[in-house]
Amino acid sequence: MNRMQIVMLLGSLFFLGMILHQVWRQRLKEAYALLWMLFGGMFLILSLYPPILHRFAALAGIAYPPAALFALTLLAVFLILLQYSIVLSKKADEVRRLAQAVALLEERLERLERLERLERREPREP
Amino acid sequence: MKCPEICVVIPCHNEAACIGAVLNELHRQLPEAVLVVVDDASTDDTAALARVTGLATVLRLPTNLGIGGAVQTGLRYAGDNGFAVAVKVDGDGQHPASEIPALLRPIREGRADFTIGSRFLDGGDGFRSTFLRRIGIRLFRALNSALVGQRITDNTSGFRGYGRRALEFAAANYPAFDYPEPEEVVLMGRNGMRIVEVSTPMRERQGGRSSINLRRSVYYMIKVIFAILMAAARPRKMQKETAR
Repeated sequence: MNRMQIVMLLGSLFFLGMILHQVWRQRLKEAYALLWMLFGGMFLILSLYPPILHRFAALAGIAYPPAALFALTLLAVFLILLQYSIVLSKKADEVRRLAQAVALLEERLERLERLERLERREPREP
Repeated sequence: MKCPEICVVIPCHNEAACIGAVLNELHRQLPEAVLVVVDDASTDDTAALARVTGLATVLRLPTNLGIGGAVQTGLRYAGDNGFAVAVKVDGDGQHPASEIPALLRPIREGRADFTIGSRFLDGGDGFRSTFLRRIGIRLFRALNSALVGQRITDNTSGFRGYGRRALEFAAANYPAFDYPEPEEVVLMGRNGMRIVEVSTPMRERQGGRSSINLRRSVYYMIKVIFAILMAAARPRKMQKETAR
């Protein structure tokens, strides 16, 4: 095992541990942890079996295998950022729906309260 | 409670300067209509001033949603409360209340689901308009007319009428960002709504400021064109239809 492998191994283990810890503390939703863990696991495997990285680099036409590592990292970051944009868009939609529901309900509440006040002032005939 | 007839949706953001006059004019012209002010989290007294007139139902949004989200709130109100017809006018008094019956006539006669008050139906493309604005108007005219398959002269007009079918559709699918008017036309046209334009004179705004300034208009143009093309590419069944 060369030095790069050891650094990668420790780095991946630390990274995976950090994500599991955040899920365990209920600070990170499982759904969003999965992508992170997928890429953490990928780096763990690459550090244990470097030939996979070499094979991948050869397949992709990358002359210098560590550069393939950068390419994979970049891909992982892009995918996770895209996931964030999608989640954010969905949240924006949900916030809009909620704000609209609040405005509509508030108006209904005011109308009902007005009605109630009127009824209290003028009790119905027995 | 008698069956409600016309619902006038008035989206407002910091329109304290003219909301009172706008409501008074609407009430004078259409005493039987229900006026719904949607206050898009104004930082001035728009909501309070609308309330004291006693002429309008005021829907106050807790956060600023932008004009699209505000209009949709009003249309949802109209849809939920069983209105047969709705009108949207801008909160700045650009749209004369006296023109509303003409705007609604094609819907009443069963010829249209959705009507647009157009400034340009009799030719011309913008009185006292800036160069950039004229380009935008022509661009949307060409793009939307092609996508809808019908000549639509004024795609940026905010003066619009809705029949029940268009009302239900818009309550679920109204474009929820700033500057939604051109996209709305494409959404309506591509989803089988019959569109009729009605020639309408419009006034200079009576107060407040336009929500679109020059610096941001290029950005909006790109964003809106992108949204229009995506809306046109989407098949009908992908629309939210009855989303709640």
